[in-house]
Amino acid sequence: MLNIDNLHANAGDTEILKGLNLSIGTGEVHAIMGPNGSGKSTLAHVLAGRDGYEVTGGTVTFLGTELLDMLPEERAWHGIFLGFQYPIEIPGVNNTYLLKAALNARQKFRGEPEIDAAQFLRVIKDKARLMQMEQSFLNRSVNEGFSGGEKKRNEIFQMAVLEPRLAILDETDSGLDIDALKIVAAGINALRSEDRSFLIVTHYQRLLDYIEPDFVHVLAGGRIIKSGDKSLALELEAKGYDWVLDETATPG
Amino acid sequence: MSAKNSEVKKLVDKKYRHGFVTDIGSDTIPPGLNEDVIRLISHKKDEPQFMLDWRLKAYRYWETLREPDWAMLNIDPIDYQDISYYSAPKQNDDGPKSLDEVDPKLLETYEKLGIPLHERAALAGVAVDAVFDSVSVTTTFREKLADAGVIFCPFSDAVKDYPELIEKYLGTVVPYRDNFFAALNSAVFSDGSFVYIPKGVRCPMELSTYFRINEAKTGQFERTLIIADEGSHVSYLEGCTAPMRDENQLHAAVVELIIHKEAEIKYSTVQNWYPGDEEGRGGIYNFVTKRADCRGTNSKVSWTQIEAGSAITWKYPSCVLRGENSVGEFYSVAVTNNMQQADTGTKMLHIGANSRSTIISKGISAGHAQQSYRGLVKILPTAHNARNHTQCDSLLMGKQSGAHTFPYMEIKNPTAIVEHEATTSKIADDQLFYCRQRGLSEEDAVNMIVNGFCKEVFRELPMEFAVEAQALLNVSLEGAVG
Repeated sequence: MLNIDNLHANAGDTEILKGLNLSIGTGEVHAIMGPNGSGKSTLAHVLAGRDGYEVTGGTVTFLGTELLDMLPEERAWHGIFLGFQYPIEIPGVNNTYLLKAALNARQKFRGEPEIDAAQFLRVIKDKARLMQMEQSFLNRSVNEGFSGGEKKRNEIFQMAVLEPRLAILDETDSGLDIDALKIVAAGINALRSEDRSFLIVTHYQRLLDYIEPDFVHVLAGGRIIKSGDKSLALELEAKGYDWVLDETATPG
Repeated sequence: MSAKNSEVKKLVDKKYRHGFVTDIGSDTIPPGLNEDVIRLISHKKDEPQFMLDWRLKAYRYWETLREPDWAMLNIDPIDYQDISYYSAPKQNDDGPKSLDEVDPKLLETYEKLGIPLHERAALAGVAVDAVFDSVSVTTTFREKLADAGVIFCPFSDAVKDYPELIEKYLGTVVPYRDNFFAALNSAVFSDGSFVYIPKGVRCPMELSTYFRINEAKTGQFERTLIIADEGSHVSYLEGCTAPMRDENQLHAAVVELIIHKEAEIKYSTVQNWYPGDEEGRGGIYNFVTKRADCRGTNSKVSWTQIEAGSAITWKYPSCVLRGENSVGEFYSVAVTNNMQQADTGTKMLHIGANSRSTIISKGISAGHAQQSYRGLVKILPTAHNARNHTQCDSLLMGKQSGAHTFPYMEIKNPTAIVEHEATTSKIADDQLFYCRQRGLSEEDAVNMIVNGFCKEVFRELPMEFAVEAQALLNVSLEGAVG
């Protein structure tokens, strides 16, 4: 589904990604872990097309199409979703209004008719129940006055409505207490399917207690330096990141 | 992301959709201003003597004045002798008796502007007075309104048909000595609307006036007077457009609202005069004096304005809160793009005890535009327990635009409570990215964020016009982010 080949990217004058390779198959859940400053969030942002990064080398194909040539909204229409580490507040813009506009923009891109209002309402009610969100949430302005946990739940709720092919979740677990973490994880698990892939960016193993990944990768110094299955996450938790860094350090 | 930049470039040309000219024979007097011109205007309108006398007094006073220069505006000098003060589409001597006699070209013009004047095609529940250059073309639903006792007619008709009401109320809220432009308007005003709602009547329809400037080198000097008698209620809306021309044109209007006890007027404006091109050539100078006088207990006035057009806007719809418990509200969205300038706001004058006022002002500035909010809250010693809440928010788009806030407060009663909040923000890149990541195009994302910013004001507009206002805002800001 997603192939990242030798990706190099700068933020300003600093090279952050230094030849990153990663391949995600359809239906797979990949976790990317790594110390602070290793380039995890940069990877998420570059994949989603955020301004402020310059790709200096490498390619990324998504479902057979060159991803890096697309505008952020085009990537969304093709099925990329980014769950933000810090969801943005947009005063005066109704939460469901944004979602409806987003869904219909994608419908238009696909040449399909707009979602009718009744159908849309049914969908959001279902998904809100999944995320244990009150109806009143839906009619509030996007993330305005939401607590940290509510914002993250809202991200997963949006993902559930938009039904992406690839969900990139950037530190979705940060700032969540254990109850909120369980709700968020349950939401993500409910959306796991054969034709949907996940790239879960996290600093801690904690989230992976609830969402079992197929693959775990360690990102450090702008490259993936180690990959394994879920046991790698447990090992990292026990031994810390220094262990991998030492193990993979080039001698001399 | 070079693809994105070219997309944005394509949108930079701001489109003004009402910029056409109606090719119609007109009776336009030569440019210039003197007492004879004023006599001619008064004669053309067949006015009673008191009206001419009043005009001449205003003119003589105006001659002693100089243009105000305190606003934060750059105004090229205006040659008042180079403007024609009266222009009317040619018609029979008596004017059209019914819509069938109105020149089809005029009907077509309003059709094009989205204001059908045939009652059967008109927006349900909205009566329209259509003012074209210096005269009213027609007023719809006059009979239906008359059944309810409501008078809704062109100002010039009112001068002839209801001289006692005009003489009693004209200039009592905005006297001709009020300011330079009010004096000029009082001397040369041509048409506008007159509304009288009798005691206890709730006006059965929305009333609206649509102002259109067509003729080149003319000014439009409309005058509107609305009287809400005791316990009555009316909602009134005005809209304005003009052709695209390279020279500036002057629009100096006066609006007076009189609200008796227990009465309410809701006055909404969607102003879309031609704003000039990207380099600032052409566009309307919109210099307007609007004031409401809440004369009795529990009288209420609400001004809602969407100011999107004009090269320069100088406008401060105000409330004189004379009655006990009287209420004044001002809700404003002002949009300036390219080289537009606006200095706008309100004045709340609290005289009566327990009078309350609310000011919500949303300014959006893009391109090289400069915009100021200027507001005065004045609490007189008599206004015990007066309250005011003011909220001024500015949104900047692009690096060259500016927003300025000049709040003035004069509090002469210690029991008053006055609050002022102000914010200035930029459309944040992260808000835009967030919306685009969800699948909105950049343009749709900007529109959504801007409309969210203005929501508190839009919801004050009558339903039919809220949608129109939102669409207007989107057009006005096309290409503003880049």
